Amino acid sequence: MAFISSGYNPDKPMEDRITDIGPRKYDEFLPPVIKKNFGEWDYHEILEPGVLVHVAKSGDKVFTVRVGAARLMSTTMIREMLEIADKHCDGHLRFTTRNNVEFMVDDESKLAGLKEDLLSRKFAGGSYKFPIGGTGASITNIVHTQGWVHCHTPATDASGPVKAIMDECFEHFSKMDLPAPLRISLACCLNMCGAVHASDIGLVGIHRKPPIIDHAVLDNVCEIPLAVASCPLGAIKPTKTEVKGEKVNTVAVNEDRCMYCGNCYTMCPALPLADKEGDGIAIMVGGKISNRISEPKFSKVVVAYVPNETPRWPTLTKMVKNIVEVYSKNARKYERLGDWAERIGWEKFFEVTGIPFTQHCIDDFRDPAYYTWRQSTQFKFTSHVK
Amino acid sequence: MAKHPTPMLDQLESGPWPSFVSDIKQEAEARAKNEKGLDYQIPVDCPEDLLGVLELTYHDQETHWKHGGIVGVFGYGGGVIGRYCDQPEQFPGVAHFHTVRVNQPSGKYYTSEYLRQICDLWDLRGSGLTNMHGSTGDIVLLGTTTPQLEEIFYELTHKLNTDLGGSGSNLRTPAACLGKSRCEYACYDSQLLCHTMTNEYQDELHRPAFPYKFKFKFDACPNGCVASIARSDFSVIGMWKDDIKIDQEKVKAYVGGEFAPNAGAHAGRDWGKFDIEAEVVALCPTKCMTWDGQTLKIDNAECVRCMHCINVMPRALKIGDETGASICCGAKAPILDGAQMGSLLVPFIPAEEPFDEIKEVVENIWDWWMEEGKNRERLGETMKRMGFQKLLEVTGIEAMPQHVSEPRNNPYIFFKEEEVPGGWTRDIADYRSRHQR
Repeated sequence: MAFISSGYNPDKPMEDRITDIGPRKYDEFLPPVIKKNFGEWDYHEILEPGVLVHVAKSGDKVFTVRVGAARLMSTTMIREMLEIADKHCDGHLRFTTRNNVEFMVDDESKLAGLKEDLLSRKFAGGSYKFPIGGTGASITNIVHTQGWVHCHTPATDASGPVKAIMDECFEHFSKMDLPAPLRISLACCLNMCGAVHASDIGLVGIHRKPPIIDHAVLDNVCEIPLAVASCPLGAIKPTKTEVKGEKVNTVAVNEDRCMYCGNCYTMCPALPLADKEGDGIAIMVGGKISNRISEPKFSKVVVAYVPNETPRWPTLTKMVKNIVEVYSKNARKYERLGDWAERIGWEKFFEVTGIPFTQHCIDDFRDPAYYTWRQSTQFKFTSHVK
Repeated sequence: MAKHPTPMLDQLESGPWPSFVSDIKQEAEARAKNEKGLDYQIPVDCPEDLLGVLELTYHDQETHWKHGGIVGVFGYGGGVIGRYCDQPEQFPGVAHFHTVRVNQPSGKYYTSEYLRQICDLWDLRGSGLTNMHGSTGDIVLLGTTTPQLEEIFYELTHKLNTDLGGSGSNLRTPAACLGKSRCEYACYDSQLLCHTMTNEYQDELHRPAFPYKFKFKFDACPNGCVASIARSDFSVIGMWKDDIKIDQEKVKAYVGGEFAPNAGAHAGRDWGKFDIEAEVVALCPTKCMTWDGQTLKIDNAECVRCMHCINVMPRALKIGDETGASICCGAKAPILDGAQMGSLLVPFIPAEEPFDEIKEVVENIWDWWMEEGKNRERLGETMKRMGFQKLLEVTGIEAMPQHVSEPRNNPYIFFKEEEVPGGWTRDIADYRSRHQR
């Protein structure tokens, strides 16, 4: 392997240097029909699952075919998309916020060929490369984070559980048969790069053990005051200990006070939390982003811990599928998962889904916890009251 | 023959959903074949080693990536994230495997020409693996080595006319919904505002000077397709002030079954005939609509613009003409102080080029937050610690009932000294002249 220089000269780093130019302007990339009708759209319709038509005031139409994707993708895979875009869409495509890929054509006659082409392509392992769906009252792509593939703080994988769940819920991706859109998101730790905290079903990787303290290196790899200050619950204090006969500066953790958020590890690599038995996933339910009918709201923890069962997370997958199916059967048209749970009451939610209620579902974190306790005698009798 | 056996990961190849394992395998194969005869600048077998380390992780159930490390390009403090494997001897191909964030174009439209250039760059100088896209919105190029970073940056800026995104305690790469490009609901040009703000604040994006990360997101209507209200410190949401426009003939067409309600979103199940009373009028959160069988009436003064009726009948109901945006501040995920939703700061603001009114709000907030925010404290947490009134004070916005869902229910009210006649300095001798000790 010979080093190939692009022209950058390390001896003169500022020579010809271009910085702070920002991204390419979006209008360079818009398909002509979109550019022509920018800001002049009249209405849209979903012709079939995954296929949209947007109609402009001018009468122009753009037809969009939306496909699911694993988000983690190779250049080989991207090149295949580009080949499809060249063949059917004059070299244009776009990605959605939920990591779907959209292929757009300006004439209905081009749709059938595009769809057939997309569905005909499969990986060697048998899965679709470009499954069509994810529109309207369906489950769309699961937004997720890096997980074990590339991150240093995860409590679970992301791509793996997402693949397992989407396989199980595939019919709801390719069919719009739910009461309302259902958004599943997964974050592999509490940092929540994926904004799981306001999804219909939020899956979040959690640790359950306080950090291990690497006394031998702690004082060399981190600032002790920063590690101490990083703990939101004040569970970390500076101390000294003996390592191989030598006194070293280090920290002590008040384990009863730790809620395993991992912020200390972010500040200090000598405080790792990852643990095979300790780590797993919490299931949160009922969040939404949209202002439609009801206000945006956070997801609530309904299952405090599900173990990491590699490679296909069967318990997690079964629980998610169960929530989806019970909601689908019971909610009213247009009713989001959280709105349904609020209408019937959370005690009923636990009863009809058969999810065991545990003490871990009662909030105990600071002031907001108090506002989630029931301050009323208005409750429903369910099997929980003996 | 694969370099590492992956019996567990292989099980993630079956089933209908696109398999990332199959994709990494096809990339490994493509690199091994090297049909284009590339002189790969990082180990050719890095995708295989990535599968190897992931298989090991599936066995150990503990991540094998080390804690960060400071790497980056000259003059920037963000855009590259250092990543090292903690089993470098077993998996030398991914021993050093840094991430490069590339700022995506607003709305994520691409031409194949541009993405092919990115692929060419990443085949030569990276692993051939990407995230399209990262959670914040960037094109994320996964896996390269330190000597390649300046070369990648040089090619991005010189040949692709593109810049890096943000990471660390800076402005993170802003993101927008597709807005006016393909949506009839857009109340302002979210793509243009996103692009404008990204370019205006390049310094903040690339040189960390904040207490912690700061995110802008731009939704062009209250449907919130980029989820700005839950995941950005500064969320701009399209809004209109005047009346919803009604085409009564088209309302009747929906009632008559000529058009599919909700743009056909419920086609996968038989929900029965469209019932405008049950599906629109009764579901209106403020009950500001009536239907007498002929005419749909909306009492617009009572409307909170939740979008439901418009979503159900997009051909018949349209957003108003007097459009702009609302601004919500302080959303974040749980770390550290629990999750926060964005709180409404500006109910209505114009959102037209050059967007000076919006920039003024941003800059006032930054001046305050950079002064008062603690290390690793998001804006939402500073707001919580210092109070919403402080945010109003620094932005010069007057308090109004739109700022709360209900007024305070405790009377522990802070007053400023100047609000109380005579101030707080009092004379004890004067007091004692009226009260024995």
